[in-house]
Amino acid sequence: MAQLLNSSFTPTTSSLRRLHHSPTQTTPKSTRIQAKIREIFMPALSSTMTEGKIVSWIKSEGDKLSKGESVVVVESDKADMDVETFYDGYLAAIMVEEGGVAAVGSAIALLAETPDEIAQAVSKAKDQSSPAAPSQSSSAAPSSPPVEPKIPDLVPVASVTKTAPVQVSSTHPASDGGKRVVASPYAKKLAKELNVDLSGVVGSGPMGRIVAKDVEAAAVAIAVAVAEPSKPGSAPPVVELGSVVPFTTMQGAVSRNMVESLGVPTFRVGYSITTDALDALYKKIKPKGVTMTALLAKATALALAKHPVINSSCRDGKSFTYNSNINVAVAVAIDGGLITPVLQNADKVDIYSLSRKWKELVDKARAKQLQPQEYNTGTFTLSNLGMFGVDRFDAILPPGTVSSNTQSCKMNIFLYQFVTMFVQGAIMAVGASEPTVVATKDGRIGMKTQMQVNVTADHRVIYGADLAQFLQTLAQIIEDPKDLTF
Amino acid sequence: MHSAISLTLSSASPITGGSYAGEASSSSGVFFRSNFAPRQLRFCGLRREAFSGCKSSGKAVLFKRLSANSKISASLSGNGTPSKGFDYDLVIIGAGVGGHGAALHAVEKGLKTAIIEGDVVGGTCVNRGCVPSKALLAVSGRMRELQNEHHMKSFGLQVAAAGYDRQGVADHAENLATKIRNNLTNSLKSLGVDILTGVGTVVGPQKVKYGKVGDSETVITAKDIIIATGSVPFVPKGIEVDGKTVITSDHALKLETVPEWIVIVGSGYIGLEFSDVYTALGSEVTFVEALDQLMPGFDPEIGKLAQRVLINPRKIDYHTGVFATKITPARDGKPVTIELIDAKTKEPKDTLEVDAALIATGRAPYTQGLGLENVNVETQRGFIPVDERMRVIDSKGELVPHLYCIGDANGKMMLAHAASAQGISVVEQVSGKDHVLNHLSIPAACFTHPEISMVGLTEPQAREKAEKEGFEIGIAKTSFKANTKALAENEGEGIAKLIYRPDNGEILGVHIFGMHAADLIHEASNAIALGTRIQDIKYAVHAHPTLSEVIDELFKSAKTSCIVDYRLWIILYAAERHYSGAQAKLPLK
Repeated sequence: MAQLLNSSFTPTTSSLRRLHHSPTQTTPKSTRIQAKIREIFMPALSSTMTEGKIVSWIKSEGDKLSKGESVVVVESDKADMDVETFYDGYLAAIMVEEGGVAAVGSAIALLAETPDEIAQAVSKAKDQSSPAAPSQSSSAAPSSPPVEPKIPDLVPVASVTKTAPVQVSSTHPASDGGKRVVASPYAKKLAKELNVDLSGVVGSGPMGRIVAKDVEAAAVAIAVAVAEPSKPGSAPPVVELGSVVPFTTMQGAVSRNMVESLGVPTFRVGYSITTDALDALYKKIKPKGVTMTALLAKATALALAKHPVINSSCRDGKSFTYNSNINVAVAVAIDGGLITPVLQNADKVDIYSLSRKWKELVDKARAKQLQPQEYNTGTFTLSNLGMFGVDRFDAILPPGTVSSNTQSCKMNIFLYQFVTMFVQGAIMAVGASEPTVVATKDGRIGMKTQMQVNVTADHRVIYGADLAQFLQTLAQIIEDPKDLTF
Repeated sequence: MHSAISLTLSSASPITGGSYAGEASSSSGVFFRSNFAPRQLRFCGLRREAFSGCKSSGKAVLFKRLSANSKISASLSGNGTPSKGFDYDLVIIGAGVGGHGAALHAVEKGLKTAIIEGDVVGGTCVNRGCVPSKALLAVSGRMRELQNEHHMKSFGLQVAAAGYDRQGVADHAENLATKIRNNLTNSLKSLGVDILTGVGTVVGPQKVKYGKVGDSETVITAKDIIIATGSVPFVPKGIEVDGKTVITSDHALKLETVPEWIVIVGSGYIGLEFSDVYTALGSEVTFVEALDQLMPGFDPEIGKLAQRVLINPRKIDYHTGVFATKITPARDGKPVTIELIDAKTKEPKDTLEVDAALIATGRAPYTQGLGLENVNVETQRGFIPVDERMRVIDSKGELVPHLYCIGDANGKMMLAHAASAQGISVVEQVSGKDHVLNHLSIPAACFTHPEISMVGLTEPQAREKAEKEGFEIGIAKTSFKANTKALAENEGEGIAKLIYRPDNGEILGVHIFGMHAADLIHEASNAIALGTRIQDIKYAVHAHPTLSEVIDELFKSAKTSCIVDYRLWIILYAAERHYSGAQAKLPLK
């Protein structure tokens, strides 16, 4: 008996009702809901009608309906018509709002038999409409064609709109400190269509009002953010296996530039550097806000100062370009993307200022507020994967070309990664600093903390010996780090 | 022969006279409900008047012209000789479309006529209304078409990005106004109407003075006097018009700027037409409407459809049920600010900050300084009270002999062509023939893209009348989607709606929303004016394929219960058979 009740094939209300009175009632709730909550379908008002637009709801949610009463006005390809209900009951939930379009045969509302069931119907409506939320057409009918999304990447947007990275409150002078959103009529319309929350959009129109292009830019930013893989450390993104997912704009740009990088003749030189002294120094000055990244950048900059050729680059294939400043770019993984905030004049700025600067840059990077000169003026790049336990790896020297098709995407700084970076001669991959058993020159075996660095360089300007000498200098500085704190 | 000429001339003005003055009516009345009692809703007002005024409702004959006889023809050769003891038979104060129409008809009737104008000939319609606005709308219609890539593609056309030169557009409007003004002036001159320059004032019965106030004023006598001084844009208090960022239609028609974001206060005819112009030229528009619904004054069903086509898909949003209590022009780097209060609770609702505001809240009669006190007449909110024959009523409720008022100044129906028709009606009366104008037969049009037009009653008005008088009404509708010509033009959007009496086939109202609606309405307005019944007009033949078939179908789909003339059926049946036979032989229809 119970088994029979659990079956989803119990079809009629009457039999269920009778069973409810039995003391050993085990009817699952869901079965009951389906029996008493009816769907109101988009009717076919003409032989050629495939979908209908809801002109207006004559009844609103919670209204009592009696059989034959007009509930909704539907616009077909021919005319507007009132649609009547075939049952008595209560209009529990409207699933397609006024102005929405639904395929013929798909559910547009739910009808509950009694007022008690309205709440259940509402939750049912939510279940049903959520997968199709952006398209407004109900998912109930298998034939319902999805309304084409405005932006190809935007399909999953509805679920992520609230987490959209579009930040900073509107700065309109009349916005009462951000309480009021001032947006032009078309901007408001677009925002509704593209599912963009205006309160998070920065206006670029007169007096800081939000205009259409701001909304469009925000929608693109959301689309890109959606396409981004999730943050490192968080759960890996759910990818549908067996599917082909096209590149986002950013991924496309990276792909192009990586292929282009093959046009640069690079070679790699590695070196193991003992970091015991550096670690000791770090421990000592850490309370003063000094970070390891700043220390490494500082050491690299000091070494670069002694070997200007490593800080040079080849822009035209015919000449050396010796950069006047030593700007150390440090790659940072952020939101699954990659950005290279630049510590400018790292050789000249003292370690404490450099650390403060670094903190500021990282904060800005995470808030996606880095200015172009803060991430694209590096003359040498540091890439550190040591925190993941990686002991050695090598980096690809980015070609440093500007790709024009990504420039329109002002909102997303990720797109500039590998794209508008300064042309550089070399990039250094830094591995983890690990305790290592080493044989010392005095013939003894000891334990030292070592890290491996691996420099990728453009052989057109940088030769093996240059790189070797640079690494030797760097090792000396790190192994005897007193110069770092001068 | 001559009368034919004069017909074209006089009808030229109603053609140029579009909706402009009328737009005023609906929005002004509804917008400032707090200032005006509801009965002053001009449309309703005039209609109520029309119900009571014309007892023979549908049969009241409009413009029943005398068959041209030799006497009239002769008189056309010049401005007639005045009656004994008067300088003129007829003096008209105001040379707008109303005064012009009256003057032309007066000359035709052999009256010695003078027209007094203190500004330029042509009045609001020609200089600051329907005429220049039609020029702007002609531009906006083309822009709209060229910008609609989908529309062009469906024709197989490829057009590069459409742009416009603001000054060029403004010049087109200005040139058109100049041209029409010259036409009007020339038509008056060629007929020998004396154009007297200056402000006209009534100084006593049958006595008018004109000229610059306090300087070289001349007093003339006339057997009859028509006041046709028209109206000016109505600006509610609290609104500061600077002519640059807060403007009225007078300024907007000069198109000195195309603001990025403009608020239009009032969503009647004026507001709608300007929203069409501004959005086509790239502006974004916000409507501020005092009533709960946009487009008051239109048949609700037409208004709803029009909103779906003219408002919702365009760069327009709106606030309904709110008054704009204070509007401050842009200055010192601050935008135009508009304070809105709830129309019902009077509580502050919102503040808008935009680039410009257009005040389209209707029009106010221009009746100051007319010397009405000299004949003991008191205006009602500026309007001059008149009876159904346009005879001016004094403060005691008695008729002022020989004094008439036509057009916007009497507020019966603020449309250029209505003023002209009223003028003609007055001339008929003063030349000895009683005449009452049936205002229910006067069409109105709004020249948006697509256009909206109407004549007679709206559905709610018809239902009210039906209930009061105890008859049934019928509604028939046809769609432009089924019309070959409309589809050929890719303009299938639109409907025509007929409100009628099934018992006797009387046409109560026709409303059209769709391509060329303004031109299509005249078949219906003529039918109402001439008292033609549906059972008769449905047999009139329309050329195929034309848009007029939308109206043809409309009449044919009406279900009348009157006795059918079987003889006509037989003729038609034969004709149809003949036609379908012929059709088979023709390769192209």
